Amino acid sequence: MTRTADAIVVGGGLHGCSAALHLARRGRKVVVVEKNSVGRHASGVNAGGVRRLLRALPEIPLSCAAMEMWHHIGDLVGDDCGFKVSGQVAVAETAAGFEGLRARAAEVAALRYGHEELIDADELYRLLPALKPGCVGGLVSRADGFASPYHTTMAFRAAAIRAGVVVLEDTRALGFRRAGGTWSVETSAGALQAPVLVNCGGAWAARVAAALGETVPLEPIAPMMMVTAPMAHFVDPVVIGVERKLSFKQAANGTVVIGGGHRGVPDLDNDSSSVDFRKLVISATTVGTLFPVMRGAQLVRSWSGIESRLPDDIPVIGPSATQDGAFHAFGFAGHGFQLGPVVGAILAELIDTGVTNLPIGPFAITRFTPTGVAA
Amino acid sequence: MSAAWDVVVVGAGPAGLAAATLAAGQGARTLLLDEQDAPGGQIYRAIERTRDDPALRRILGPDYTHGDGLVAGMRACAAQYAPGTSVWQITPEREVWATRAGRSEAMRAGTLILATGAMERPVPLPGWTLPGVMTVGGVQILLKSAGMVPEGLVLAGSGPLLYLVAWQLVRAGKPPAALLDTASDDNLRPALRHLPAALRPTALGYLAKGLALRRVLRRAGLALHADVTDIRIEGDTRAEAVSFRSAGQPRRLVAAMIALHEGIIPAQQMTRSIGCAHEWDAQQHAFRPVLDTWGNTSVAGILVAGDASGIVGARAAEHAGRIAAWEALCQLGRVDAAARDRGAAADRAGLAAHRAVRPLLDRLYAPRAEILRPADDVTICRCEEITAGQVRAVVARGCAGPNQAKNFLRAGMGPCQGRLCGTTVAELIAAELGTGVAEVGYFRIRPPLKPVALAELAAMDTEDAP
Repeated sequence: MTRTADAIVVGGGLHGCSAALHLARRGRKVVVVEKNSVGRHASGVNAGGVRRLLRALPEIPLSCAAMEMWHHIGDLVGDDCGFKVSGQVAVAETAAGFEGLRARAAEVAALRYGHEELIDADELYRLLPALKPGCVGGLVSRADGFASPYHTTMAFRAAAIRAGVVVLEDTRALGFRRAGGTWSVETSAGALQAPVLVNCGGAWAARVAAALGETVPLEPIAPMMMVTAPMAHFVDPVVIGVERKLSFKQAANGTVVIGGGHRGVPDLDNDSSSVDFRKLVISATTVGTLFPVMRGAQLVRSWSGIESRLPDDIPVIGPSATQDGAFHAFGFAGHGFQLGPVVGAILAELIDTGVTNLPIGPFAITRFTPTGVAA
Repeated sequence: MSAAWDVVVVGAGPAGLAAATLAAGQGARTLLLDEQDAPGGQIYRAIERTRDDPALRRILGPDYTHGDGLVAGMRACAAQYAPGTSVWQITPEREVWATRAGRSEAMRAGTLILATGAMERPVPLPGWTLPGVMTVGGVQILLKSAGMVPEGLVLAGSGPLLYLVAWQLVRAGKPPAALLDTASDDNLRPALRHLPAALRPTALGYLAKGLALRRVLRRAGLALHADVTDIRIEGDTRAEAVSFRSAGQPRRLVAAMIALHEGIIPAQQMTRSIGCAHEWDAQQHAFRPVLDTWGNTSVAGILVAGDASGIVGARAAEHAGRIAAWEALCQLGRVDAAARDRGAAADRAGLAAHRAVRPLLDRLYAPRAEILRPADDVTICRCEEITAGQVRAVVARGCAGPNQAKNFLRAGMGPCQGRLCGTTVAELIAAELGTGVAEVGYFRIRPPLKPVALAELAAMDTEDAP
């Protein structure tokens, strides 16, 4: 039996659910195809940072638009998603690190964005009293925060379903064909047909793109996280390292989640990844150095999730360069969670009207196509 | 340290002791890691210390004494024995990360034999989290390691260990105040089917011992309540009484100390975290790793022996340990397949003989549905204080398995990593979805297997790691 719809979204992560929700709100009939369960990979197990701070410049307009949505996330999905405004602070331990932050602040200010604020040591220690002595200063984005990633993804899923979206979990997309303006997607649960195909396949998105004749240099990665047993409250903002790879935050229940760039080993074919304790040893050293109180922490759990990145560490967002009626959003390089609400809205707008107000030019898939070869 | 070993054995119970002794005896560089401070595992706990305590030995009985030879064999062999060592991470590439005396080390193993044994099946029933409620295994630990017996103890549950401990308490002169036997009379008829296998010589020995033990209990004059259901432990801040039905009749006993037991199940956290395939054992109501007849898991070079492979009992575990050790030696190229087969032949016969009684026992003491899938108000995850009702409610909201239950409820995300609630969560979800426990699966287990101090991790010399 063939199921028909207005759009087929491949991938039931946050971006897929968000795109489906926004499309449904525009009156489209949408089917989401998810090979595992919604939020199983990057969307459900990331650190939950809701961050504009230190975004790549092309991402800033999208990130700021997303931030507006996060501050009213309940209006969008009927759920608070565990979102808390805590502020995010980048800590410079050295004068050189602080000069880097100063240059960054100037660059962002020149673009007329006001969210990144350079702070001196006094303000840094006011925000982070438990920080080791001797740090030079920082950069803060006070209205940033964090949310609960799985909770958020499930809230988007639930809102999408309420809006009429059909979510097929444990359903694998096996083949893509386009004929007469209609996409036919073979899945492990039967055939689907729709005029529009949306690729939100996360780390697996390159396989979908390849089926559309588009080669992208997408590299699977497995960011790692650690969480400690509950500790007495010692920090409010999310902390980001400047000289070292680190990000961490303390949750309301006292547990501390430590992440920040060290990577495990992804295994796309088995839908799994594994942690590399050699690198977690580095994270443990870093966090104990920056926050001496953390030396008394008990590590209770570590994990990794499967994400993907492109060579320039910004995503692909926009229409396919080879196929009509196909759209992409993938390759968020470990910082796509905050963008989830807005990228879905952009895709829905593009599909519905053919244009979007937000500047998505830098995210075109054609940037990886040799000049003159793009279709 | 980044020592490389031919064979690393985890667990110094009967399977681990036998495996390490054989592997070392055949010349393999063998390391035996054990969490306890002394060898013997749970079954032969404190066996070296009790050698000088004939009174305690008499209480514990002759089966316990059998461990003397096993431990002596290990002490005499060339294996390096590392007591007080907690393994907190094993990779599929056979790197073993362990902590001892506040220091963590990583080691590399040519082959790994996991002999981590069993744990008591959690017994979630109303009031089981109150102070004053313990497990029967916990009572036995007190007895073996400290010669201590709580007074006025009420034992409740079923299974061989429950009756053994009751018997040991009688011999210690401190019989339990009451024994509430939850084994269902409905188990008798289906269990009979397994009787013929249990009448073979070795198996018959188990039956004879079991019957003798129960005869002693009957004659000891303690209050025996049969066909017990609907146990509820009462008390505000600690256990004060236990109410239940016996053969349908309501009863209530005043009790400050209650010990529960509903059999034992394989310890699966380690094999799960490595990524070994598991299967549901419907007869034992537990998950177990998928193994071949040598104990090979689905991950190359990683073997499992003893109760961690599915409950087989101490004597069978010893044979399984040696069988796994022969296979490890063969994989290392120290013996060829023919020598392995010859070496393991006697242990294969022993294993089969000791396992023959198991199907009868499993059926006779199959836990009741009310224990496997408790009522809504019963706490099932003690770390995060989650009730059975909360699990059922999230299933209605789209939770399709234990890993989603983690995300919905934090069930299984506390320090015990779901060791205590995992099977119950899986049973509840399966029942709500009308599917099998095998289909809904189990928690993904995240390292470390035991909490590790961040400072200890930071102190590890990464340059030196394997």
